[in-house]
Amino acid sequence: MSGADKNALIWSRWRGSREGGVWLIASAISLSLVLVLGMILLLAVRGMGYFWPSEIIAFEYREYREDPWMPVQGEVVGREDVIAAQLISAGYELESDQGTVERWLIKVGNRDVGPSDFLWVLRQHTRALKVPEDVAVIERLEWGNFYGTISELHRGDERIGRAQDGSEALMDALRESIERAEALRIQVREIEKHDIGTINAALNALRLEERGLNLRGEWSPEHAARLERARQVQQQAFEQLSGQIAELREQLMRDSISVVDAEGARHEIELEQIVRVLVPNRMGVFSKLAAYLERIWEFLSDEPREANTEGGIFPALFGTVIMVLLMTIFVTPGGVIAAIYLREYAHQGMLTRIVRIAINNLAGVPSIVYGIFGLGFFVYFVGGEIDEVFYSENLPAPTFGSPGLVWASLTLALLSLPVVVVATEEGLARVPKSMAEGSYALGATQFEMLRTVLMPIISPAIMTGLILAIARAAGEVAPLMLVGAVKLAPSLPVDFTFPFVHLDRQFMHLGFHIYDVGFQSPNVEAAQPLVYATAFLLVLIIIVLNLLAIQIRNNLREQYRSLES
Amino acid sequence: MLVQIGYSVSYGDDGSRAVRARLEYPLGEEPLRWAGLAGPIEALSVLQTEERLTLAAAAGDAVQVRFYARPSGFAFVDADWQERGKLNIPLEAAPDLDGSSRRMMIGGNRQRFLFVQADARSLAVYDLAADARLHALTQVAGEGASITALERLSGGTSLLIGTSEGALSQWFTNVDAAETFVRAREFDPLEGGPVRGIVPEQGRRGFIAFTDADWGIYHSTAGRRVLHLEDAGIAAAAINSRSDRLLLNTASGVRYYGIENEHPDVSWTLMWGQVWYEGYAEPSYQWQSSSASSDYEPKLSLVPLSLGTLKATFYAMLFAIPLGLAGAVYTAVFMAPEMRRMIKPTVELMAALPTVILGFLGGLMLAPFIEAHLPGLALFLVLFPLFVVLVSLLWQWLPGPAGSWAQRGWTALILLPLPVLIGWGCIALSPGLETRFFGGDAPAWITANLGISFDQRNALVVGVAMGFAVVPTIFSIAEDALFGVPKQLISGSLALGASMWHTTMHVVLPTASPGIFSALMIGMGRAVGETMIVLMATGNTPLLNFNMFEGMRTLSANIAVEMPEAEVASTHYRVLFLCALVLFVFTFILNTTAEAVRQRLRERYGSL
Repeated sequence: MSGADKNALIWSRWRGSREGGVWLIASAISLSLVLVLGMILLLAVRGMGYFWPSEIIAFEYREYREDPWMPVQGEVVGREDVIAAQLISAGYELESDQGTVERWLIKVGNRDVGPSDFLWVLRQHTRALKVPEDVAVIERLEWGNFYGTISELHRGDERIGRAQDGSEALMDALRESIERAEALRIQVREIEKHDIGTINAALNALRLEERGLNLRGEWSPEHAARLERARQVQQQAFEQLSGQIAELREQLMRDSISVVDAEGARHEIELEQIVRVLVPNRMGVFSKLAAYLERIWEFLSDEPREANTEGGIFPALFGTVIMVLLMTIFVTPGGVIAAIYLREYAHQGMLTRIVRIAINNLAGVPSIVYGIFGLGFFVYFVGGEIDEVFYSENLPAPTFGSPGLVWASLTLALLSLPVVVVATEEGLARVPKSMAEGSYALGATQFEMLRTVLMPIISPAIMTGLILAIARAAGEVAPLMLVGAVKLAPSLPVDFTFPFVHLDRQFMHLGFHIYDVGFQSPNVEAAQPLVYATAFLLVLIIIVLNLLAIQIRNNLREQYRSLES
Repeated sequence: MLVQIGYSVSYGDDGSRAVRARLEYPLGEEPLRWAGLAGPIEALSVLQTEERLTLAAAAGDAVQVRFYARPSGFAFVDADWQERGKLNIPLEAAPDLDGSSRRMMIGGNRQRFLFVQADARSLAVYDLAADARLHALTQVAGEGASITALERLSGGTSLLIGTSEGALSQWFTNVDAAETFVRAREFDPLEGGPVRGIVPEQGRRGFIAFTDADWGIYHSTAGRRVLHLEDAGIAAAAINSRSDRLLLNTASGVRYYGIENEHPDVSWTLMWGQVWYEGYAEPSYQWQSSSASSDYEPKLSLVPLSLGTLKATFYAMLFAIPLGLAGAVYTAVFMAPEMRRMIKPTVELMAALPTVILGFLGGLMLAPFIEAHLPGLALFLVLFPLFVVLVSLLWQWLPGPAGSWAQRGWTALILLPLPVLIGWGCIALSPGLETRFFGGDAPAWITANLGISFDQRNALVVGVAMGFAVVPTIFSIAEDALFGVPKQLISGSLALGASMWHTTMHVVLPTASPGIFSALMIGMGRAVGETMIVLMATGNTPLLNFNMFEGMRTLSANIAVEMPEAEVASTHYRVLFLCALVLFVFTFILNTTAEAVRQRLRERYGSL
């Protein structure tokens, strides 16, 4: 066959089988896959990259030609290409009006000193770019990072280390001081959170008891004296603890460091304020890796600082887990029993068909509608009634009559009910008839058959349903905004004061945290990296849960296949 | 002399509350002298806000207006009024008023206008901010009728006019350039002769009007009469500040009514029709539920919200239908089984991605990205399909196994690098294109040349982000339906000599069409109810257009934004519940249709 014939043949085959069309519809799959993978990759890079101690650069910058040169040091956190024409129309003088200009977003920190902790600079307007050896990143409890060169360490009135005497010794001494400050801070926090929390709870209980007695008309001088005595005991304990805290704070104030910023000005920073000091440009890969892991751990285990833009997300993670667990407790019995009844007991007719349509419909109801329902029914109606009956001494301040953990879990249980029902029904449908018939033949009642034969077999299917329900609940935000998630909860829903699990408390939630920090934060640039990290964590949790469910389902199918053969 | 009733509240030790009323004299206890007015005073009008007080008196052929002011704020509780000026307005002496005395009212936004009865049927409007220039002379009562009642509506902007025929209408000065004095709406007339009086409710836009023989409770914004009762010889009416107690002086004595009228401000027209709000140039659909001031007239039209929902859904479906359906057809018919086993769970995973993350990426990353790379995006939409077809053609020339490898259904995998490469290329080309064709700023170019404004968080962003959330829903259900098409149908068609493509188009697709329909319905249901994505990726402005480059506010996002701030059991709160009900009904219809279609499909396959 000649080359031309071959070409003609291929051409006609391509046209005849509409190969172009097939490839076009295939490209939809490719595009979707690229979008999903790209998105997860983006979250991973932006979210996890934040914790890596990145290089600090220093340069001189001027925005306009007539400005003086200004020293800048910090981390490059963003780069973009801007069209030159746009910048020129915004009033910049550029070398050329064609093409694009590189622009950097520099995190310069020092929020308490400078006008802003982030700076956009045009690459062409910089000079004398260098990587300074000794600039330290000082992570603080307040005001964000400080970038500067540490010159001295003071311990009380004593001057312990100076940079010119050798930075190693200074850094060692500093590390020791930071550890001491950290230990003291933990002690203070323990006392504040735990001991004083207990006293507050006790005082509140006394107040409620007094109101309760008043309301019931049982108030008497004996009660008054008893309550007053109890109050005094608590008051004394409180004063003693306050004394302890004051003493610890005194000790905390002992150490401080002197830091020189980019412009050469000296600043004193109390060690009480310092979380961590790193000198990234002097660190090797391994010490960077250690710092990286430490910061990730801090992110997972610590409480948020600076209006949620720094620190960790532990309360949100914890709140999500507790809420989801409670939801599981609510949804499992209902969902499983409903599915078993529908499949095994109910007469398969019009009614079951309507019920099935209703359940499928329930799965399609917008989540915000569940939120509204939860607010109107659970919070204001059920919660309000509970308050009237059991917590009348606390009224008009609501106990259960306001958004809280238990209502959020109940709302989400309702929302994920269809998932559990459908998964359980699917599991039941796969069990071969022969197994049930076999157990009937051995004289089992229907309930015995269910309990001893069906339940063990379908438990993985129920498990799958639950995992999917959990994955859905963990990612759902809209209804939670109405029934209990808050941007900052003063205390965790589970703690050491009686009754340990506080169902009425508001809680923090990972998804709501993303919404809140990403969109309601005053300092969006500072908040973004943490939002990406939180989003990545949430995606990771949900992917793992889903993979788990898929795995269980696949194993289940294998098992049935062997049952059938 | 100006007299006012003041209240002082004191709390007893036992938690009880005592309210005492007393007379107050804001302008002092000395009687005011109206120098410059001749004859007995015919009409008086007072309008007071926190910091301004305007007083007008008419006598003979002139009106005198006095302005007072006082500092306001926490530091100046009950500061004294200072006189700020005086105006004399000459009037036509002794007009023909059908025997009644002259009526006069101060009103308008910031106490700007003085309305004085000019003759039996007309009102003269004087602009107090422009030296009492005659602003308009308007006939407000119909031919043969005369004005019998003149009252200000709560908020001070609108005027209510009752006539001798029992007609009631609402008037205000517009905010258009001419500031015309217009009739905004006509209420259901009373039937008992001339309107004797109008009593406005406080704090909301309701009022009570009465004639000798009947009376009614009205609400202006809603344009409805809530209650209409007959009585005899009504001489006066008074209502308390919470609008739940009414006194009526009738021929048979004073009647005392308790009124249960919590939500007169909602009507079908208010929510779904055009309403002429105070200060607007014409009737319109508006959603502006609340404001800091209690003088504010809430605008509760559900039309912009419903339209916003439809707009968001439309753009999401525009993105999701091609991707979801094409992907489903390819996966069900052409894809290699090994790959299908991998793709299905991946898509399920995509469905499980929390929408808060999609919304966050849409709002904070995609929106600025699209704004900066508009030409690149347009280029991608053109180039990508072209390149796919081109690659498919070139692939045929590859020798032996590679060519057949594609035939076996791994095309999607082969094409995986293509979006990345073309996407990268388009982004790289984008700034050049933008400088060359759009003067370096595509959004500005769009605004200047197409006349549509450009928001960073617009319908396009929502379309992509929400489309992304809907793709897996459509894909999964449609794929199930397509895959479930009985194999013998396909084999039969292939045996008759049709190509796989023809079989797909003419056998598989028509057979599975009910399933595809239900996939689209359920996908649409998801888009309609989606909250977080629209909340985060749009500006949440209630707009009334389908413009791709502007945002919207949807029913769901509206609930999420306003519910936490809505006062429990208020009208606003209930309207938000109604929003949820509308959403529910919408998705209920979509889902039930889809489910019914699906069940019928299942029966049909069962018989095959």
